[in-house]
Amino acid sequence: METAPLAVAIPLLGAGGLAAVATRLGRAGAEAVALAAAVAVTALCVALLVRTGSGLEVYWFGGWEPRAGTAIGVSFAVDAIGAGLATLVSALMIAALVVMWRYRETEAPHFQILMLLFLAGMVGFCLSGDLFNLFVFFELMSVAAFALAGFKVEEDEAVEGSLNFAVTNTIGSFLVLTGIALVYGRTGTLNLAQMGGALEAHSVDGLVVMAFALLAAGFLVKAAVVPFHFWLADAYAVAPTPVCLLFAGAMSELGLYAVARIWFDCFAGALGPEADSLRLVLIVAGSLTALLGAGMCFAQDHLKRLLAFATIAYVGVFLIGLGLLTAEGIAGAAIYVVADGLGKAALFATVAIIQHRRRRVSELALRGKGRALPFTGALLALGALSFAALPPFGTFLGTSMLEDELVATGYGAVIAVLIATSALTAGAVLRVIARVFLGWGPAADRPRATEEETKPEEEGAPDSTPAIMFVPAALLLAAALAIGLIPGTTEAFRTAAERFVDGPAYGRAVLDGVSPTGLATASSYSAPAHSYLYAALGLLGAACAAAISLFVPGGRWLRTPARLLGSAGTALRGLHSGHVGDYVAWLVLGVALLGGSFALALT
Amino acid sequence: MSFLPYAVAAWLFLVGLYGIVTSRNLIHLVVCLTVVQSSTYVLLLAVGYREGASAPIYADIPTSRPVVDPVVATLTLTDVVVEATVAALLLSLAVQAHRRFGTLDPDELGALRG
Repeated sequence: METAPLAVAIPLLGAGGLAAVATRLGRAGAEAVALAAAVAVTALCVALLVRTGSGLEVYWFGGWEPRAGTAIGVSFAVDAIGAGLATLVSALMIAALVVMWRYRETEAPHFQILMLLFLAGMVGFCLSGDLFNLFVFFELMSVAAFALAGFKVEEDEAVEGSLNFAVTNTIGSFLVLTGIALVYGRTGTLNLAQMGGALEAHSVDGLVVMAFALLAAGFLVKAAVVPFHFWLADAYAVAPTPVCLLFAGAMSELGLYAVARIWFDCFAGALGPEADSLRLVLIVAGSLTALLGAGMCFAQDHLKRLLAFATIAYVGVFLIGLGLLTAEGIAGAAIYVVADGLGKAALFATVAIIQHRRRRVSELALRGKGRALPFTGALLALGALSFAALPPFGTFLGTSMLEDELVATGYGAVIAVLIATSALTAGAVLRVIARVFLGWGPAADRPRATEEETKPEEEGAPDSTPAIMFVPAALLLAAALAIGLIPGTTEAFRTAAERFVDGPAYGRAVLDGVSPTGLATASSYSAPAHSYLYAALGLLGAACAAAISLFVPGGRWLRTPARLLGSAGTALRGLHSGHVGDYVAWLVLGVALLGGSFALALT
Repeated sequence: MSFLPYAVAAWLFLVGLYGIVTSRNLIHLVVCLTVVQSSTYVLLLAVGYREGASAPIYADIPTSRPVVDPVVATLTLTDVVVEATVAALLLSLAVQAHRRFGTLDPDELGALRG
């Protein structure tokens, strides 16, 4: 039963130990310790995942177990969704540390220390069963992430990006804390399970709605939902590429996980009757995020910014899945999160190879420079297919399950958003491949990304790629494929989602120690024929978008729409000003909009 | 219970946000952020307040005495520690920004666009 706390204690102890002896250990030693810790945490998380299959594992710190339905102590309450997310995080951490081997930016070991703190925060966040601890782990991972984003402090962009990241996300965590204070004032408890019961027993009023709005808004800042998304592209563009693996693969999704967790375990009982209106709000927010992220992704020249906006686009898709507020929606979103997280991490690992060999991350500056790197191009192409949600990638299952559930809940039109998102993000990556690895498209007059933004991350251009750099990207893509290929994954995800949405069973398991009754194992999912049609449509759209942007920018019949799109794009890009005050103003507006629509929807 | 502490908390939150949005100096911006943060202290302590109760330290008072909620005091202390870290990190970034850009005015940083 000690598995869960160990998964947080090991990286914390590793970080503390490294800080004490790092100067004597040197860089290689620090790397070995960090990698060993990450492997150990992954093993523990896998063990947790296997054990919690359809159940719930509760650990009370110091043996302070609840008496008569009242929790005094602090708990970890682990279900398969939490354990699965923790496994994803720790596996991506291993990949990031391996990619980092080839980064010789600094001999200082504080990079490894920060990575371990980051890991501890994220894993603790996934396992926590206590609202305040959720906040503390949230802050731990955020602070580590701010420092990691600004790791290259000698660069202008890194300093500014990290500042924007830190200020906006800290305001987000104040929103969360304010929500916690309100809900604690109402219920007198911080335990998620007990809170759910207390909220349900009391009548619903403005305070409950406001507390939920504040908590959700705070976590959605971390998830980078429009209009809270501005910080994300800045932070991801400036962070060292190995760190981006984790940022893009898992960190944004953790914010969504927290929203789902507090909804199903705490608020669904009290606010459940209004779920239909909330569904509308969340699906609209998710669709806006997906479309804006995908559009901005397609408009980027800087490869890391391109992938950062793709991250925003998929956060929107996941928010749509979560916003369905059904077990099937959660199952679809969960498969999508894992498969897409692996795919995006693989893409960032591939960008790390390009950076390693060519010292550039600007698509136009790299035109034709990838001809000698066929394997790198092939990895990028596989990543593009994962974005396009093509079978047999796991993303196909995720998107197909979401499409079915959207139709079932009467939001069939939103399927168009999913297809457009897939087409634009995959199209952007295909365009990069065509331009960089095949040399297609006209040569640019001047690269759009500023010279500083494409500054090499290390000195001296090597003539060959070390084989070890291919390993993480290839393995991540293989895992993304495996999720779609291994029979039985859909049952496992569906069972986990059934358990996740069952707030009352969660409450009984945590407070009364009643182990949840076995769920009937959910049936396996097989995608209907029209899902294949949608996937083909997405891929076709991606190919068309890439071809149009490469070959017909000046075609006569396209000139007017192109100019209109161009000026709209310029205006949109102008909003992403890099100014922290602007970002916070957007954040305040977003909180007002979200809070207002929640208030309308939930009362 | 009085309405006043809640009004103070809301005021601090909003005035701090206003300061951040309009700030022309990164140090000022970080201080505004701590103003927003102090709103959470006030709110937390107000939530746990009880009329006529003493501090929750039972060493020298009878256990029958009413005390204010010790949990919110603990939360506030944790909050102070966590946010001190954030403020320190932000101030060090401000120092670095001054070194790189020669200014503390967020309007003049502008290394990131679109």
